[in-house]
Amino acid sequence: MLQSNRQDLLEAYTQMRTIREFEERVHTEFAGGTIPGFVHLYAGEEASAVGVCMHLGDKDHIGSTHRGHGHCIAKGCDVKAMMKEIYGRKDGLCGGKGGSMHIADLSKGMMGANGIVGGGPPLVCGAALTAKTLKTGGVAVAFVGDGGSNQGTTLESYNLAKVWNLPVVFVIEDNGYAESTASEWSVGGSQTKRAEAFGMPGKKVDGNDFFAVHEAAQEAIERARAGRGPSLLHVKLNRYFGHFEGDAMTYRADGEVEALRRDHDALKTFRKRVTEAGLLDAGQLNEIDADIKAFIDEAVAEADAAPPPTGDDLLTDVYVSY
Amino acid sequence: MAKKSYRQAINEALAQEMRRDPTVIVMGEDNAGGMGAPGADDAWGGVLGVTMGLMPEFGRERVLDTPISESAFIGAAVGAAATGLRPVAELMFVDFMGVCFDQIFNQAAKFKYMFGGNAVTPVVIRTMYGAGFRAASQHSQSLYPMFTHIPGLKVVVPSSPYDAKGLMIQAIRDDDPVIFFEHKVMYDVEEEVPDEAYTIPFGEANLTREGEDVTIVAIGRMVQFSNEVADTLAKDGITCSVIDPRTTSPLDLDTILESVEETGRLVIVDEASPRCNMATDISAAVAQNAFAALKAPIRMVTPPHTPVPFAPQLEDLYVPNPAQIETAVRAVAGYAR
Repeated sequence: MLQSNRQDLLEAYTQMRTIREFEERVHTEFAGGTIPGFVHLYAGEEASAVGVCMHLGDKDHIGSTHRGHGHCIAKGCDVKAMMKEIYGRKDGLCGGKGGSMHIADLSKGMMGANGIVGGGPPLVCGAALTAKTLKTGGVAVAFVGDGGSNQGTTLESYNLAKVWNLPVVFVIEDNGYAESTASEWSVGGSQTKRAEAFGMPGKKVDGNDFFAVHEAAQEAIERARAGRGPSLLHVKLNRYFGHFEGDAMTYRADGEVEALRRDHDALKTFRKRVTEAGLLDAGQLNEIDADIKAFIDEAVAEADAAPPPTGDDLLTDVYVSY
Repeated sequence: MAKKSYRQAINEALAQEMRRDPTVIVMGEDNAGGMGAPGADDAWGGVLGVTMGLMPEFGRERVLDTPISESAFIGAAVGAAATGLRPVAELMFVDFMGVCFDQIFNQAAKFKYMFGGNAVTPVVIRTMYGAGFRAASQHSQSLYPMFTHIPGLKVVVPSSPYDAKGLMIQAIRDDDPVIFFEHKVMYDVEEEVPDEAYTIPFGEANLTREGEDVTIVAIGRMVQFSNEVADTLAKDGITCSVIDPRTTSPLDLDTILESVEETGRLVIVDEASPRCNMATDISAAVAQNAFAALKAPIRMVTPPHTPVPFAPQLEDLYVPNPAQIETAVRAVAGYAR
């Protein structure tokens, strides 16, 4: 069990704290005007990415969403290169050509954040097909938002994954809002019953509880890896920032985010669980917090100072050959 | 050398590449056919039989029938390509791009660029196009210009069985996403096709007729019509060069410009709708790069700006025909300032 493995617990906390610090810092820097374009932040949702990706290795693939930084970090992408990418720098993870919405590292099995809501699930089915055809033992995970859960691509992918018996896990990250529209209004039926209707197991999970996500993901991923087909997790979690940076969130209740941060925060919940159980001590966790803060400071400073792409870069990487 | 149909040529290319490379798979609606049904396996080989015989040789694991879910399976082909397979996916009719275009133009086409060069997506999407089957507005379009427009895609429009085989093998071996357009009226056209595997490089036009008076650039099925016209007019002393670009992306503009520099007169024959099609694209490029060589206005032979009609009498009026091509060629040949 994870609870008994100190190293895994430290790893989980480090990953979640890195995502939180990264996102809080991008929020601040974006407001200061140093980051161009559209940015969608994952703060508040960390337990999902980390709880799922801790079960995955480099031969496993994930498809992400427009809110992809957390998945990227959890899947092992270079955090400093990510920051440079978000700044649009030449030595960013994607050479400054993708940015926040298309950040990817296929060598880590990260098939990309995706600017198209619902764009990922068919691609993830493809990665699973590769694993199945080449017998790599790999699995593929499609992260999808509650908004993306209503796209035909997602529902078609449930069916395809089922009829091809693909090693896929669909993780519906339901942060309550598709942009400004409540998921309670926009989602007909229930996520888990949708899964069941396609002949897959579906399980609802508290996304503020890392341990709950970790356990449910383990079962789903082991199932996929054993060749027993796709399944779905409906992870209920919270988004601390707007749909995009600059969103004033006028559609949310007064004090809603403050209350979530105070009472339902995944990092606070984790810290409480592991310290009260005597698995880790607060001093260790504080040390991790300080180290990560310094690391992200460094990442921002390096990204800020890094050179942008040059004119020559405009024309490269369109084709392998043309 | 044996005579083979356009259909057989493509089938042979697929089979030979599947034998050579275990990462090549094919998928599509009814690509084998009969999946889960009580009757024959390999019942269809795709709706027009192009993949017939592949499933018995390579098995259901490499010849995948799909649900009628183009977004999901075209996207899966793209995702599989980005992770190590070389899928050849069949989009039954190109008209169905309407339900899966995102996976092609936002995903497959852009991975390499937006991931900073760190992706290859060697997917081939085979698709049927063209009018002449009385299949009406939603099964008859010639939509290759829409794919040609997208950076990151390669677009192949073979005009003969020989070209179809060589271009298909090239498409499968190519590391970029390729959209492979098969004209539905041409599947039974036959010519001599070598048994062995061979490739035809992309971006190299084929000069199917050589002449001095007029250059005809024709795409896909229109190449055959243009050849007929060139042969007819040669008897009247008007000689034409007929250029088949073979691929619209990349486009061999050099061969077109060289020919126009010699003839000074250009007719472009394109089955695609007339606005923003290959004819307008090539016209603009020639006007920009060889204006001084032109002795006559460029003429474009295209369908009218309408959907493809159903009634045979109307569809026959819609598709560009040899008579229209001949009229256009005579007009530019006889043009004097």
